[in-house]
Amino acid sequence: MMDTRFTKGKSAILERSLTRPKTEVSVSAFALLFSEMVQYCQSRVYSVSELQARLADMGQSVGASMLDVLVLREKNGKRETKVLNILLFIKVSVWKALFGKEADKLEQANDDDKTYYIIEKEPLINAYISVPKENSTLNCAAFTAGIVEAILTHSGFPAKVTAHWHKGTTLMIKFDESVIARDKALDSR
Amino acid sequence: MSRQSNRTSDSKKMNSELFTLTYGALVTQLCKDYENDEEVNKQLDKMGYNIGVRLIEDFLARSSVGRCHDFRETADVIAKVAFKMYLGVTPSVTNWSPAGDEFSLILESNPLVDFVELPDNHNNLVYSSLLCGVLRGSLEMVQMAVDVRFAQDTLRGDNVTEIRMKFIKRIEENLPAGDE
Repeated sequence: MMDTRFTKGKSAILERSLTRPKTEVSVSAFALLFSEMVQYCQSRVYSVSELQARLADMGQSVGASMLDVLVLREKNGKRETKVLNILLFIKVSVWKALFGKEADKLEQANDDDKTYYIIEKEPLINAYISVPKENSTLNCAAFTAGIVEAILTHSGFPAKVTAHWHKGTTLMIKFDESVIARDKALDSR
Repeated sequence: MSRQSNRTSDSKKMNSELFTLTYGALVTQLCKDYENDEEVNKQLDKMGYNIGVRLIEDFLARSSVGRCHDFRETADVIAKVAFKMYLGVTPSVTNWSPAGDEFSLILESNPLVDFVELPDNHNNLVYSSLLCGVLRGSLEMVQMAVDVRFAQDTLRGDNVTEIRMKFIKRIEENLPAGDE
């Protein structure tokens, strides 16, 4: 998925500590940047689903980078092995690092053990976006869905994550069959 | 108008890492979409310009900074108020030209390039070009035409990041014909 890259021998970036003082930027700066991204993507696609796919792609690269840094910083390099724990890691640690708060809710689908929902009433991503009437299904949190999908997939829990307008914004996580089967096998040991 | 009273002078803040990585994702995508680095630089600058044109309004509303009397004052406001407000860093203003129409912003740290390292095949990429566009766009909205470019960049091995800004001219407002 990601290109393999090697850092140059004496790169200054390697000298820096991973735990660093928290730095902040303004939400306006992010909102304006994100808006340009959405417009750029829109200029290169023909449909809402293509636009969401492009946003999700960019989210994936954010998620992949965030995963590594968080696992090292907050988990001392330890990776999760259980479905519930990786979901909680996302709801708590990932959300706090990205959005400064825990996600509002984490739920499991009643009728399907592969499907989970992360629900955010007012996601930061959508705070300054008004969706045009003719594209009412567009949810730019597809970007966040991409982040979550990358984190799950790179942690060994392959899944598909999509964003929907439901109770605010709901990210629907559908795990691969194999993930749930493995989780059950671990439980029964 | 009633909404204005709810505005606080201090804008809401967020963790810079999401911002940094999101910008990284954008640059990566542009590098995939365009043939060469020059095109990517141009596109980033254009996006920055669009941001600047919108950002100035947000800035004037929140900062309660009045009209600047000269370019030196403009430089100080950009460094001490605008950069601080939006990116959480305060560059220093130096290297004034004798005529006082050109200066440098020196950034000790640039939030756009945290985690970033340029691969060998992107030697001509000016990674933070977006900032040039933002500065150009926002100043244009207050009737100042400026030229903005990167003179030094830590990503290319320089010790600091230096943005060079040159005043070109004051833009005359063209009133629509028939208006007093």
